[in-house]
Amino acid sequence: MARAVTQQRKLINTAIAWGIGLLIFFPILWTILTSFKTEATAIADPPVFLNFDWTLENYTAVMERSNYAKFLWNSIIIAGGSTLLGILVAVPAAWSMAFVPSKRTKDILLWMLSTKMLPAVGVLYPIYLICIKFGLLDSRLALVVILMLMNLPIIVWMLYTYFREIPGEILEAARMDGASLKEEILYILTPMAVPGIASTLLLNFILAWNEAFWTLNLTAVNAAPLTAFIASYSSPEGLFFAKLSAASTMAIAPILILGWFSQKQLVSGLTFGAVK
Amino acid sequence: MATQHSRSAARLMMAPAVILLLGWMLVPLIMTLTFSFKKYLPLRGGDLGWVGFENYTRFVTSSAFWPSVVATLAIVGGVLVITIGFGILLAILLNQPMWGQGIVRILVIAPFFVMPTVSALVWKNMFMDPTNGLLSHLWRFFGAEPVSWLSEASMTSIVMIVSWQWLPFATLILLTAIQSLDSEQLEAAEMDGAPTFKRFLYITLPHLSRAITIVLLIQTIFLLAIFAEIFVTTGGAFGTRTLTYLIFQRVLEAQNVGLGSAGGVYAIILANIVAIFLMRIVGKNLDA
Repeated sequence: MARAVTQQRKLINTAIAWGIGLLIFFPILWTILTSFKTEATAIADPPVFLNFDWTLENYTAVMERSNYAKFLWNSIIIAGGSTLLGILVAVPAAWSMAFVPSKRTKDILLWMLSTKMLPAVGVLYPIYLICIKFGLLDSRLALVVILMLMNLPIIVWMLYTYFREIPGEILEAARMDGASLKEEILYILTPMAVPGIASTLLLNFILAWNEAFWTLNLTAVNAAPLTAFIASYSSPEGLFFAKLSAASTMAIAPILILGWFSQKQLVSGLTFGAVK
Repeated sequence: MATQHSRSAARLMMAPAVILLLGWMLVPLIMTLTFSFKKYLPLRGGDLGWVGFENYTRFVTSSAFWPSVVATLAIVGGVLVITIGFGILLAILLNQPMWGQGIVRILVIAPFFVMPTVSALVWKNMFMDPTNGLLSHLWRFFGAEPVSWLSEASMTSIVMIVSWQWLPFATLILLTAIQSLDSEQLEAAEMDGAPTFKRFLYITLPHLSRAITIVLLIQTIFLLAIFAEIFVTTGGAFGTRTLTYLIFQRVLEAQNVGLGSAGGVYAIILANIVAIFLMRIVGKNLDA
């Protein structure tokens, strides 16, 4: 009896869960579908779901008109640059906190976290002013540095959480065998830390890619990444649904794919290890 | 275990991160504090000297201040209730045995990876446009008058858009917490004849309380700062001007830096009140 009930319940669960899942995903699906329609079919009433003539004209139109490649390149440089730079600064810090902890380690970690809570708008003008002073307004360098600093606490925390799980006995054993600090880092720690570093890299790349306060306020033409590219569609071009969809699809596709790989790290990364 | 040598090496390795973050925190903060006590209009005379607490009182007594506080609280509160409420239900649902669980999980998480400008624009145009939006088609199909979402129901619309973005985050964290619940406890309660709702109330919910608190605090900090969603939809019109947006307008649009900086200091204080609670929880976890 129990088995029959379970099978039936499983079927109901599956139906409800898929229904809700598709409902939540629908805006993304609809955007992707619309990007392959003509402008006329995009606003058709009643809406057309799948039975339309698929076209790539919107993608070519967006590429031709807006220099999409430049925005994409800026996004890659800004997100990639800030993440790599952040890792470079954070790895030594997280390593020393995880393996040579002192009384103050906890305070330093919490203090780093507290800098993340500073609302960006509170320091908008000073940052703006500093950028002007150094001639860095609308430059990729400024955004690389700012997004690096913004995400540095998360990077340090994530790495610290991963490093702490590496058993200290292995290090002690290596030390007994006469390994130097350099050898210890190079041959023992690095191979064990690579998965943690990789997932930190991934999550922070996503966060930097989607950042939409500094990228909107500190860029104009030269350094504008995809967030600003999409914002430029806000009016009146946004009324061309099919082109808006094509542009949106191109802006989110890379991150959707990367995001699916990072979903496991997402929880511990974004809760600073408080939920695992 | 750690020698004096490795300790000083450790300090040296920590230095770049600590110094960078210290600078990132202190330099702009001190500048904002300085500006907030000055009459500072970059386009109309620049630095016009010290004015004491005038900016602070002016910011609070301006007619835009209280509406912006109300808008901020409405958005943060609305989104928290929706995301945590539905997040709990979804987490429980996703934890049940089913076919294709992995795929459903991916579908539910996807909105979190959509950049804020894209989700705001897609919702604004393709769903909420009063003539061609999908929702207006739906309304007409049922013979109802389409709604001009972002002007007539602006607050509801923004809460909807932001909730859609944050529901995945709440769901994912609550799901992770639920999965660590000991299923034997639930089975024992079921055998003792406890009905579903009571099992949820007395076993599942208490188990989730810590995760719920964390979701609440982290989301509050991010929601207090939402910007792009308002920037591309209403531009702060129709009662959707939040505290963050008001400060942005004072500083960059009106170029009244002194006034905006005073607002910024208020925002920093507000965020810090929330942050203190979050840090306590995270700090406790660090000891364990």
